[in-house]
Amino acid sequence: MIAASTAGVAARFRTGDRVTVRWADVPGHIRTPWYIRGRTGVIERLCGAYPNPEELAYARSGLPARPLYRVRFAQAAVWPDYAGSAADTLDVEIYEHWLEPA
Amino acid sequence: MRSHHDMGGLPAGRVEATEHDYALWEKRVDALMVLLSAGGRMSTDELRKNIEALGPAAYDRMTYYERWMHSISQTLIQRGVITVDELGRKMARVEARRQGEGEGP
Repeated sequence: MIAASTAGVAARFRTGDRVTVRWADVPGHIRTPWYIRGRTGVIERLCGAYPNPEELAYARSGLPARPLYRVRFAQAAVWPDYAGSAADTLDVEIYEHWLEPA
Repeated sequence: MRSHHDMGGLPAGRVEATEHDYALWEKRVDALMVLLSAGGRMSTDELRKNIEALGPAAYDRMTYYERWMHSISQTLIQRGVITVDELGRKMARVEARRQGEGEGP
């Protein structure tokens, strides 16, 4: 496990910012789950910055490191037929280049 | 297009959370990946990319470490560490050895 450090990370978003996950259909090793693309949530925290796994998957350096965020979504906003509490949430860790301001 | 492995949210049956012992070959595959990673021959992300590239039927048929073995083979060929012919000949030798063992001394 790599120790997460957020010191010195040039991050575009701050905790509490509303963000929408880009809807994109791209090949390769994509860590943004299909079900969360196009959904809107709130930045829960900045996790740190890491080499881009989409590039590492093709034996490249993945540099520069990309900021990674934990983004919180309302379950009801993710699943149209969600029957649980309206207070239920879902956290997904998403790289900055997959996020746009909401 | 949604990749087959990216199945979060799709209808599915119960998850069978049963414990099981690992076979020796599975431990060897795991150890192989540890050594390849430590030696800079292969990244975890390449492992995942080549697993996720499996077709739906193969993905569902293979066990966890069978997928790993498939991916490690693909990655080492793609990187030029081994050739397809080397792998094929080695697999034939291993298969012949296994057949010999099965027939007894």
